[in-house]
Amino acid sequence: MTDLTKLTAAELAGKIHAREVSSVEVTQAHLDRIAEVDSFVHAFLHVDADGALAAARAVDDAVGRGDAPASAIAGVPLALKDVLTTKGIPTTCGSRTLEGWIPPYDATVTRKLREAGVPILGKTNMDEFAMGSSTENSAFGVTRNPWDDTRIPGGSGGGSAASIAAFEAPLAIGTDTGGSIRQPGAVTGTVGVKPTYGGVSRYGLVAFSSSLDQAGPCARTVLDAALLHEVIAGHDRMDSTSIDAPVPAVVAAAREGLRGDLTGMKVGVVKEFGGDGYQPGVQRSFEAAVAQLRALGAEVVEVSCPNFTYALPAYYLIAPSECSSNLARFDAMRYGLRVSDDGAHSAEEVMSLTREEGFGAEVKRRIMLGTYALSSGYYDAYYGSAQKVRTLIRRDFDAAFEKVDVLVSPTTPTTAFKIGERVDDPMAMYLADLCTIPANLAGNAAMSVPSGLSDEDGLPVGLQIMAPALADDRLYRVGAAFEAAREPVLDRVPDLTRGGFVPAGALSPAEAAK
Amino acid sequence: MPKISRDEVAHLAKLARLAVTEHELDVFAGQLDHILDAVAKVSEVAAEDIPPTSHAVPLTNVFREDVVRPGLTQQQALAGAPAAEEGRFRVPRILGEEQ
Repeated sequence: MTDLTKLTAAELAGKIHAREVSSVEVTQAHLDRIAEVDSFVHAFLHVDADGALAAARAVDDAVGRGDAPASAIAGVPLALKDVLTTKGIPTTCGSRTLEGWIPPYDATVTRKLREAGVPILGKTNMDEFAMGSSTENSAFGVTRNPWDDTRIPGGSGGGSAASIAAFEAPLAIGTDTGGSIRQPGAVTGTVGVKPTYGGVSRYGLVAFSSSLDQAGPCARTVLDAALLHEVIAGHDRMDSTSIDAPVPAVVAAAREGLRGDLTGMKVGVVKEFGGDGYQPGVQRSFEAAVAQLRALGAEVVEVSCPNFTYALPAYYLIAPSECSSNLARFDAMRYGLRVSDDGAHSAEEVMSLTREEGFGAEVKRRIMLGTYALSSGYYDAYYGSAQKVRTLIRRDFDAAFEKVDVLVSPTTPTTAFKIGERVDDPMAMYLADLCTIPANLAGNAAMSVPSGLSDEDGLPVGLQIMAPALADDRLYRVGAAFEAAREPVLDRVPDLTRGGFVPAGALSPAEAAK
Repeated sequence: MPKISRDEVAHLAKLARLAVTEHELDVFAGQLDHILDAVAKVSEVAAEDIPPTSHAVPLTNVFREDVVRPGLTQQQALAGAPAAEEGRFRVPRILGEEQ
């Protein structure tokens, strides 16, 4: 029998809807895989086998009755990042503060998944409140990169990316504030998409930086990501920043791209991203990717976005500022952790002691950084200046998109780094988001698609594609055409069932170049 | 000259309601100084005449009909409370002895 965990979401949906296999069988196969490998991958914080199987049975019943499938991916199970609320299922955001909290409502993304007949396998590990680039900031332990157990799976959505790279789920949901979908995608050899800001509702997405946060799809193929994108996107009156416009036709664009012709497409290579400071193997993979796009018929030109080098510093003022305000809600009064409520401490003391105990170091650092940047006397120099940089980034994008249809760059400057390597050096950690941040600041759509393995360490490299706001479909057309022309990266991921991890990096350069 | 002193970090922690330890103050002071040094780069290009952008999507007021819709029940709203009493959130004392 075919290993159901190795099939794409599109293939699984086809088989389920044709009654060749049941959603219960597919869901059970993934639950079995989780039971087999998650003790060392640790992608999941919570597995909801009963809920997933009940949802699968409902799909099988509907298919059996001859009903039209609730969606194109009805019956295909999914892993959900633990930052989106799930009614009756724990939601921790990777924080002690919310340990044991059971949300009384579903996020809009969760609701749409349920309505689309998508069984939710469980909740995935993440950096606490989505702050980080390695998932090491989770209060509940690290997630290991399925390519090498000594390396990080990216972050903040390391659990979601690792779950699909480890074949524990065919699909996952991530959230991307500065690269938290795309960078994990790049370092695990998977596809990750940050939709246009406002394209997917933020209702029930526990807020980190409200003007930047955006949920999106994680998958093993571009078409699978598109199928999931269309399920979760769309206007929502519960989110006043949700865009009231039709969802871009991303599935049609992916299918168009799979034909392998990019004639007429103009691709801009961002001059500022690459070269010094980039791992040579990443740079070489990127250059090969650009050559591939040209071979597919795209016209490739170099484009300068001079202010992109200011995106990282601007982001590390804006995001902490918004976070310092958003995380004020964790006050130990209405939900979540409360400590030292012994009658001897005042409400204010209980609040301070609880936040001290409930938050990890990175969250505290960012809250204090944001508090500083917003304080009178420093506001203009820091937060005010960062907002001006945001305008400049936007202008750079506007000017670039007058010349080209999409922009490309490496997704992140290096392959997956070692667990522990950057935990004591916040600025080194922040550099992982160097190339992904501009799209968040401007609200554009952006994707990371595997571009191959780095020749020096055999680890996955991502190609970032950026499109204007509301032109998400362009990402899918270019991404699918590129993917179809490359050898699938995940065919080379270690077989985790043979006694754990087989170290990556064992490939010869000739093998890696294949 | 550091951008931020240990005393300033202690003040920030107080404003942010974080009862940080002495050891954390030492660590955070150095790290925040290092981060602020790097992010201060934004002032290089933030000229007077550039308007600020607070949000990626130009926002206007979003209105909806003022109609009653289902919300959480009292029981649901209190379900996650650290302490509840008589259908309300129970909180530690808010006023000090002298107030």
